[in-house]
Amino acid sequence: MNQTQASTGPILTTDGIPLKVSLKKAERINKIRAFLLVLPLLAFILITFLVPIGDMLARSVDDRQINTVFPKTFEVYKKWDRQGLPSEEVYKTMFFELKNSEGYAVGKASTRMNYSKSGWKSLLKKSKRKFKKIEEGPFKEQMIAIDKKWADPEYWLALGQMVDPTTMGYYLNAVDLKYDSSKNIVQQKENRRIYNKTWIKTFKVSLLVTLFCLLLGYPISYLLATLPMKYSNLLMICVLLPFWTSLLVRTVAWMVMLQQKGVLNNLLVMSNLLADENRFQLMYNQTAVVIVMTQILLPFMVLPLYSVMKTISPTYMRAALNLGASPMHAFYKIYMPNSIPGVSAGCLLVFIIAIGYYITPELVGGKDGQMVGNWIAYHLKTTLNWGLCASLGAILLAMMTVLYWAYNKIVGIENIKLG
Amino acid sequence: MSQKDSFVKFEKVDKSYDGEILVVKDLNLDVPKGEFLTMLGPSGSGKTTVLMMLAGFETPTSGEIYLDGNPISSIPPNKRGIGMVFQNYALFPHMTVKENLAFPLEVRKMQKSEIDEKVGNALAMVELQDFGNRMPLQLSGGQQQRVALARSLVFEPRLVLMDEPLGALDKNLREQMQYEIKHIHEKIGITVVYVTHDQSEALTMSNRIAVFNDGKIQQISSPDVLYEKPNSSFVAQFIGENNQLKGKVKSINGENCIVTTESGDDIHALKINVNNNGDGSLVSLRPERVAINSSENFENNFDAKVKELIYLGDHIRSRVEVCGNDQFIVKIPNSYKEENLKEGSTVKLSWKASDSRALDLN
Repeated sequence: MNQTQASTGPILTTDGIPLKVSLKKAERINKIRAFLLVLPLLAFILITFLVPIGDMLARSVDDRQINTVFPKTFEVYKKWDRQGLPSEEVYKTMFFELKNSEGYAVGKASTRMNYSKSGWKSLLKKSKRKFKKIEEGPFKEQMIAIDKKWADPEYWLALGQMVDPTTMGYYLNAVDLKYDSSKNIVQQKENRRIYNKTWIKTFKVSLLVTLFCLLLGYPISYLLATLPMKYSNLLMICVLLPFWTSLLVRTVAWMVMLQQKGVLNNLLVMSNLLADENRFQLMYNQTAVVIVMTQILLPFMVLPLYSVMKTISPTYMRAALNLGASPMHAFYKIYMPNSIPGVSAGCLLVFIIAIGYYITPELVGGKDGQMVGNWIAYHLKTTLNWGLCASLGAILLAMMTVLYWAYNKIVGIENIKLG
Repeated sequence: MSQKDSFVKFEKVDKSYDGEILVVKDLNLDVPKGEFLTMLGPSGSGKTTVLMMLAGFETPTSGEIYLDGNPISSIPPNKRGIGMVFQNYALFPHMTVKENLAFPLEVRKMQKSEIDEKVGNALAMVELQDFGNRMPLQLSGGQQQRVALARSLVFEPRLVLMDEPLGALDKNLREQMQYEIKHIHEKIGITVVYVTHDQSEALTMSNRIAVFNDGKIQQISSPDVLYEKPNSSFVAQFIGENNQLKGKVKSINGENCIVTTESGDDIHALKINVNNNGDGSLVSLRPERVAINSSENFENNFDAKVKELIYLGDHIRSRVEVCGNDQFIVKIPNSYKEENLKEGSTVKLSWKASDSRALDLN
């Protein structure tokens, strides 16, 4: 009986529960247990990584600050035909919303309005103070009497950029473009074009640093991988020692080395290789940034290179020599291609770190050596233009993603070896 | 051996890595053209160092190496034109099989058509025609081994060195490859110097075997001589299975001598590596040369106690105690039928004086 049942119906466990159900139940417990184990890590990544990045991306297009302070004004503003001055109704709603709003909120809104047209901030500040005395209309004339800017259509037109709750304005700003009053994209004025130059400079410095790290790091890694243990350990310590030293200490040491009356220049002058009046300008410019960043980022090149080179068996070189290749040819044809995963991992790592670097350009860059990271910090701390910070950061992120994608297409991410 | 006969010649070669220990001591070796010579020895015996000096990756500390009559110590490895099969094959992992084989030919600036032809021939020789476009890592160990072999031969070197090329293969494949290498050697008649620590490999393939120990050649001769007539107790012990009976030389009579063991038994043996009465000696004796309960009359006859019997199919391996040695091995043929043979029983062992060799104590 039992046997016939088993062969026709679903397979049962000894308890009589269908096997599939029982299996699912057993697996579910394991799944829940596994999920609970990774939950803290998941939460950590979410809170410290994904949420901030999401927030940053949101901020880079967010344009609701003044919509929340002057919601009614924008409602009536939308009806305006953008010819001449707005109607009395627009002035009126603006008047009451400004008069009744909190000073803090007005401050934030006026900051944003100032990005569109400078002068808004002082206009609002002054007007809010004087509005207290005015009780009834007509408001248009009284407002113009307080400040002539209220009669300037430019100011009113500039508000048009802020009608939408989202804007591309910060991104445009980050590449030296802007909306004009009729929302066309135009170039910034000549004296305000700073970001494109900075982007180019950032790329140039990062590429140079990556290149120099590779040039210096390759032979070091080769030695590390091929020298006998006792020497390679010593060399490894030499590579890692600066890595363990405070970044600030190292940077200040470079200042001592490179400044005009510094160690290097003094040595050159003392040994009569350099005239006293021709001392090199090695500090507070791009040269300084490249030199110091190369030194700081070198370990990030050496470590992945070393870990790959360590896996290249020395018998490959021997085999190549044995087959008749000259040492140079063997190195070029056999060793180098096998070290490519390390080269690409090191270059990608150094470039990614370099492109967002902040502290070194800040300390040794002077005016000429400022990179995108420094502008982000400047807007974050000084001008409080977080939207611009976010858009600069988002562009950096996009660049890295594109680079990573291109790298994956060309070399293949699975070829990266970090250790 | 005349100068003409010796294709490879080591002359008084010493090698030291640290200036304190000689890993190769006063090596003199001649390899005639077309010979398959195996250097056999335990690890650290200096055999690989000898091979590396020949390939040019190490330089002799003193002495000189000649190839075809010319000294080669100052010639860099890439100019020596010697083929080599490395221990782990050293196939270039970023190149296909064909590219690997073409590499030595491209380096020699050969024409494209010539390269294709030679690569094709080499692949055919190792029966891997269909694998030319694979990457080395996509091949099995045995296939990689054959590619390495083909690569070492493709540029038609005068001499091929092999450094434990079969060490990474499993037993069956290893045996199969031994025959393949042997056949290829016979077919193209190239000179081969082969390094291994596996004695069966050496016995299978070689024309001559040089047994290395402690930086020196202990004995160099053909496989059968090496097995049958070892001239030191190291060689006797290293090649094949071997019984050793320890004792002192009691008397010497021309070619023969008598060695008395500590248990007081007199063993008649050939005098090989002992000189004076009273010298310590190990008498060496192959297990298969010992007869059990034989009616024939041999010089050596002893009663032995059976300690252990292991049935191995074609023979029964028995461990017995005789002349004070309880590790004495006797191989009893499968055809031998004796009801009383069991552990603990006493048997009569006998062997010829000419099968027992009185060697040094070592």
